[in-house]
Amino acid sequence: MNENVTQAIQGVPLNYYIWLSTALFVIGVLGVLYRKNAIIIFMCIELMLNAVNVLLVAFSAYHGDGAGQVFVFFIMAVAAAEVAVGLAILIVIYHNTKTTDINVLNKLKW
Amino acid sequence: MNAVYILSGLGIFSLLAEIFSFRKILFPIVLLGLLATAGLLVMDWNTGTSHFSNMLTFDNYAIAFSAGIAVIAFLWFLMSRDYFENNTHVTDHFALVLFSLVGAVFMVSYSNLAMLFLGIEILSISLYIMAGSKMTDLFSNEASFKYFLMGSFATGFLLFGIALVYGVTGSFDLGKINQVITAGSTEFSALLYAGVLLMMVGLAFKISAVPFHFWAPDVYEGSPTVVTAFMSTIVKIAAFAGFFRLFATCFASVSGEWVNVVQVIAVLTLVVSNITAVYQNSVKRMLAFSSIAHAGYLLITLVALNEISASAILYYVLAYAAASLAAFAVLHNVAFENENASAESFNGLSKRNPFHAFAMTVALLSLAGIPPLAGFFAKYYIFTVAFESGYVGIVLLAVVTSLIGIYYYFRIIIAMYLKAPETTTPVAVTTMHNVMLVICLLSTIILGLFPDMIIKLI
Repeated sequence: MNENVTQAIQGVPLNYYIWLSTALFVIGVLGVLYRKNAIIIFMCIELMLNAVNVLLVAFSAYHGDGAGQVFVFFIMAVAAAEVAVGLAILIVIYHNTKTTDINVLNKLKW
Repeated sequence: MNAVYILSGLGIFSLLAEIFSFRKILFPIVLLGLLATAGLLVMDWNTGTSHFSNMLTFDNYAIAFSAGIAVIAFLWFLMSRDYFENNTHVTDHFALVLFSLVGAVFMVSYSNLAMLFLGIEILSISLYIMAGSKMTDLFSNEASFKYFLMGSFATGFLLFGIALVYGVTGSFDLGKINQVITAGSTEFSALLYAGVLLMMVGLAFKISAVPFHFWAPDVYEGSPTVVTAFMSTIVKIAAFAGFFRLFATCFASVSGEWVNVVQVIAVLTLVVSNITAVYQNSVKRMLAFSSIAHAGYLLITLVALNEISASAILYYVLAYAAASLAAFAVLHNVAFENENASAESFNGLSKRNPFHAFAMTVALLSLAGIPPLAGFFAKYYIFTVAFESGYVGIVLLAVVTSLIGIYYYFRIIIAMYLKAPETTTPVAVTTMHNVMLVICLLSTIILGLFPDMIIKLI
């Protein structure tokens, strides 16, 4: 790890990172719960995952332990795979319904 | 460890089979491969080896559950043969199922939180596709999308929990986390508890425990029946085994902080799912609620954690999976045209296909917990665990809810034997299905007669 980057990260109190990522995470959760457009919901899920990434990198720098950053790579790779599948599902739905509004998905009782 | 190699190899082989036109021999090879997986796992019994710098540990717990998953997958392949045959992308489906089995093995054998995360994702991403495999069917699309949405939402919570636990303990390794927690550094304890609770929320989504269950009935109902069977057996087993492994080993020393939450979740799951199941008309949806209810019974073992909890869980999931697969196989045949068959479509099944009616009866009786079938002893052992740890109240509640369960299971049995059939055409079945049903029934009865085989294992 580049020492300057580590020092730059450690220059900010750890609490700030925790609050930042918690705020990002909560925004993501609220977005998933309240938005109706499937694409925006995908973006909010990505926001949740990236909040976790910020948190992991901050903890990793403070612990001086590389494992957290490796975990971030796992999350990025998995999130990419997940979104690929999610968009494929969405395209199929769009083919059948011509909309990306999740309110059309009410055939099954919630 | 060989299990992971064989399953991944089989998955890659399935993908190649499409290119080299091995399609005809693929099915027997996959069946043999699954049996070989189970056999190799059992040969490692009592060795407890670790792999990938201590990321996966195949202790007896992991071996027992992985081998169980391989055997259940074997039965599931027998059941879903005709579904695959009617599908043009048969090899892709095989590959997806096999890769998701790799994920399931990760989920029961991880000793590092990274592997828990990867296992869940490998399992889930394949399943999102399988749930939506009927591309032109809106129900299937909707099930797939809801599953995807709730799955990744839950993953978000799980990851945030993992990040917080990592922040406090400085490690993803279960053993090291346990050391730090046991040593009791209280510096970041609020963060630690937040992390543990968030991980619990994420995993409770995966095992579909109330109040995180709302996606499950829809997804189970909308997916093709064979995929529903896969989700309610293998996925549920892997998710619960992973849940238990984490909380019973890693966080056991702070159990005072989370046990009340699990207790509330277990009670809610038992009450809500059993009562809602009574009001379902679609049999598939009823089975979905019944599978949520079984998650509730399993959670009792985590509340009343003691040394026989793990064996009780293993016995319960095997008994549940055998009965549940049989019930789904019968449903698949009875409701071949109409995926969301109501209880009425079972009217007079005893005249249309006596063996299927008998198999469904045994499966439902086992799920309801009637002696001498396996389902009864499964519940009995779980209640014993709870009783020994002094949770009498929750045992009483669970007995009451399983009485409610008997009501909705018996509705189908009554329809099969006492009501007049709507049509007299016999239900067509393949030999493969009959073989699979016979194996399921025999294991339900044998597990019920000789529970000691499993209960002394772990």
